[in-house]
Amino acid sequence: MQVDLRILRYDPERDAAPHWESYSVDAAPRDRVLNLLQSVKDLQDGSLTFRRSCAHGICGSDAMLINGRNRLACRIRVEQLGRKVSVAPLGGLPVVKDLVVEMEGFFEKYRSVMPFFVNDTPTPARERRQSAKDRERYDDTTKCILCAACTTSCPSFWAQPSYVGPAAIVQAHRFIFDSRDTAAEDRLEILADDDGVWKCRTTFNCVTACPREINVTGAILEVTRAIVARHG
Amino acid sequence: MRIDTDAIVVGAGGAALWAALELAHEGVQTAVLTKLYPTRSHTGAAQGGVCAALGNLEEDHWEWHMFDTVKGGDYLSDQDAAEVLAREAIERVIELEHMGLPFNRTPEGKIDQRRFGGHTRDFGEAPVKRACYAADRTGHMILQTLYQQCIKAGVRFYDEYHVVDLLFEGGDANEGGRAAGVVAYRIADGEIHTFRAKAVLLATGGYGRAWRITSNAYSLAGDGMALAYRRGVPLEDMEFYQFHPTGVYGIGILLSEAARGEGGTLLNRDGERFMARYAPRLMELAPRDMVSRAMYLEIRDGRGIDGKDYLFLDVSHLGRKVIEEKLPDITDFARIYLGVEPLREPVPVQPTAHYAMGGVPTDLSARVLRDETGALVPGLYAAGEAACVSVHGANRLGTNSLVDLLVFGRRAGKAMAEDVRGGTLPEIAADADEPVRAEIEALRTRAVGERPDTIRAEMTRLMDEKVGVFRDATLLSTAVERIGELRERYARVVVADRGTTFNTDLLETRELGYLLDCAQATAASALARKESRGAHSREDYPERNDAAWLAHTFAFRRDDAQPDLRYKPVSITRFEPKPRTY
Ligand SMILES: Cc1cc2nc3c(=O)[nH]c(=O)nc-3n(C[C@H](O)[C@H](O)[C@H](O)COP(=O)(O)OP(=O)(O)OC[C@H]3O[C@@H](n4cnc5c(N)ncnc54)[C@H](O)[C@@H]3O)c2cc1C
Ligand code: SF4
Ligand code: FES
Repeated sequence: MQVDLRILRYDPERDAAPHWESYSVDAAPRDRVLNLLQSVKDLQDGSLTFRRSCAHGICGSDAMLINGRNRLACRIRVEQLGRKVSVAPLGGLPVVKDLVVEMEGFFEKYRSVMPFFVNDTPTPARERRQSAKDRERYDDTTKCILCAACTTSCPSFWAQPSYVGPAAIVQAHRFIFDSRDTAAEDRLEILADDDGVWKCRTTFNCVTACPREINVTGAILEVTRAIVARHG
Repeated sequence: MRIDTDAIVVGAGGAALWAALELAHEGVQTAVLTKLYPTRSHTGAAQGGVCAALGNLEEDHWEWHMFDTVKGGDYLSDQDAAEVLAREAIERVIELEHMGLPFNRTPEGKIDQRRFGGHTRDFGEAPVKRACYAADRTGHMILQTLYQQCIKAGVRFYDEYHVVDLLFEGGDANEGGRAAGVVAYRIADGEIHTFRAKAVLLATGGYGRAWRITSNAYSLAGDGMALAYRRGVPLEDMEFYQFHPTGVYGIGILLSEAARGEGGTLLNRDGERFMARYAPRLMELAPRDMVSRAMYLEIRDGRGIDGKDYLFLDVSHLGRKVIEEKLPDITDFARIYLGVEPLREPVPVQPTAHYAMGGVPTDLSARVLRDETGALVPGLYAAGEAACVSVHGANRLGTNSLVDLLVFGRRAGKAMAEDVRGGTLPEIAADADEPVRAEIEALRTRAVGERPDTIRAEMTRLMDEKVGVFRDATLLSTAVERIGELRERYARVVVADRGTTFNTDLLETRELGYLLDCAQATAASALARKESRGAHSREDYPERNDAAWLAHTFAFRRDDAQPDLRYKPVSITRFEPKPRTY
């Protein structure tokens, strides 16, 4: 089938501002948007720029705004979208070139929530025990691939870029609810900040955006409740 | 810009991150350079698990794990290395748990374990539960956990820096030189930076993108192997490339062996479990090379589905609970990429290019070997899929790559920490970056020539057809010749993007150059090896020939000629080579 593909392009060395370009691309129904982009790059314009690596939804490189929704280009089939496909960079982050956005700020926020396991008690000779039930408690948030689809679909983040954002809270959640970890208090303290969980307006955009089907808003609410319980 | 540090780690996958962590704990100033954000590394794609003889569910011993590794490798594995792998796997997996890795648990709360191809009890008697796992995202959790611990330890990362050359003091590696640093291209703005250090680790992963049907990420272009090869380092055992049996038909994305570990079956057009004819004891859990060959033969004899080039992987009888709890990602891939519902229908699969057993030769401390005599390249290290220790021999067992990353990544870090203590920084010329700067400028500004994508398409098709599951002298000599032609065409390649901002066109074209180097070493080494062993199956030499070929290939690059091939004996400590039956 022939797909009418529109891409929001921007090259800071050539363009004053982003502009839409149209391409007609020959595609199979099972092709994914990433295949369309690759085809444009190979056959029509080699300067088209986007990040990608794994090509199957596990590395988180190619989150972008596709037909008005944040998704991974490698996970959305053309047949799910129809003959008209539009692709733009993620919102709310500075555009570097074409579909590539500046990710440094996003990762900075991620690193700010102590996204690492802490337990300074002496390590046993074998594994620390954890019940399957306790393991299940934080299973959902271990799936995060830091693609930024959630944070960049969040109206609160667009309005106030200082907001730590859903992805960072998801990553904190993964440790706060891990029965083996001992630094939950410190993370809750960080997220009780003005730029922490309070900025969430439960619009659920993040849940819709997450390619890993993580209940992002649910995780934010659990963290919020833990903060409230701690002060209550 | 010029940056001095004590140690450099190139890459940020599992091997690189464990080395970096070890260096941080030893207080060594380290720069980690990675062309992808660390969490984008392909280690994150590993689904199935990481093997260690913990014995949490049934009796198990590291000696059994070592035996399986050696036998799986068709006796080409260096047994001293396989012993280190199997012994240290246990400590490393426990250590990962201590770093917070969310392993699945047994009812008593221990790390859960499951079966995986080629892993047995009692030296080959029956499958054993040895693979530790976190749902089917074990690699994702390893990558995340190690990166998290690196953040905690304050490791210095240079994200989206693409290493384009290696620097030496006193001549290239083959001239006796010592590793002195790297040249890196900052992707964001095209600036070239020179990093100088006393020790350099290459942990850049594999080169699966040399094939068309592949489980590998776009970024896996053999960068570290090719860069070392160009500087006089040999590449070991490149003819041994693994094809995984269950790639998604037509695309190559991997459906993990976990599907078969949990009881999934392979069926031909008659609905027959054909593995009964090839490996009656282990059936679908026979090592990958055997299963891939069986699939190829079924297809060639017209027993593919509808007579086409694929077969079925069936998990529908396992029930919703097993499928959804233990194989969620696999189910998801079948649904997303094929529109198939594995709860009800079988999934179309075909063998897919997957893993390089070969790579940059190293000793047990990840120190790079200069030649087949075991002489070292001072200051240079390699670990992970880019390296060849060699633990995997002629065929890697499932889950043994992740073990390799953990065990030898850590050993690299330890050895480097020792190496940099006290020593002085090497001398490098002020214009050491000049050769690669000139190469990149020439590529960026060349006005007329061929686009890289036609060369890439021809190379990947060629590798699929001629350097695949089955090989013979005709296929391989054609491949060698055609890769030579492609290399000549590559010398005149042009890019469309002439800018300096995030120029992926330029970098992907450089990656094509790395792939061509790796492809050449692979095809030439394969043509020379006149026997069948592990993943290297020659139809014209169908038997393993220990008298002539129980040896590792070392390929040395030559500018305008085929590589020079030499051979190194295999280390045999405990297990005498025997015929390999399952
Ligand atoms: C789909 C899939 C499933 C798998 N499942 C399993 C499994 O279940 N069990 C198992 O044991 N093994 C499995 N494997 C194999 C295993 O995952 C890989 O072999 C292993 O993860 C490789 O890790 P690595 O650290 O060597 O490199 P990678 O994780 O591939 O990382 C390479 C790193 O090098 C960097 N890099 C590369 N080139 C450059 C350059 N020029 N400059 C700067 N940086 C560079 C990249 O940015 C990246 O950080 C699987 C492989 C695949 C493809
Ligand atoms: S929570 Fe989901 S959308 Fe957000 S970064 Fe993680 S994987 Fe991406
Ligand atoms: S390319 Fe890795 S998530 Fe899409």
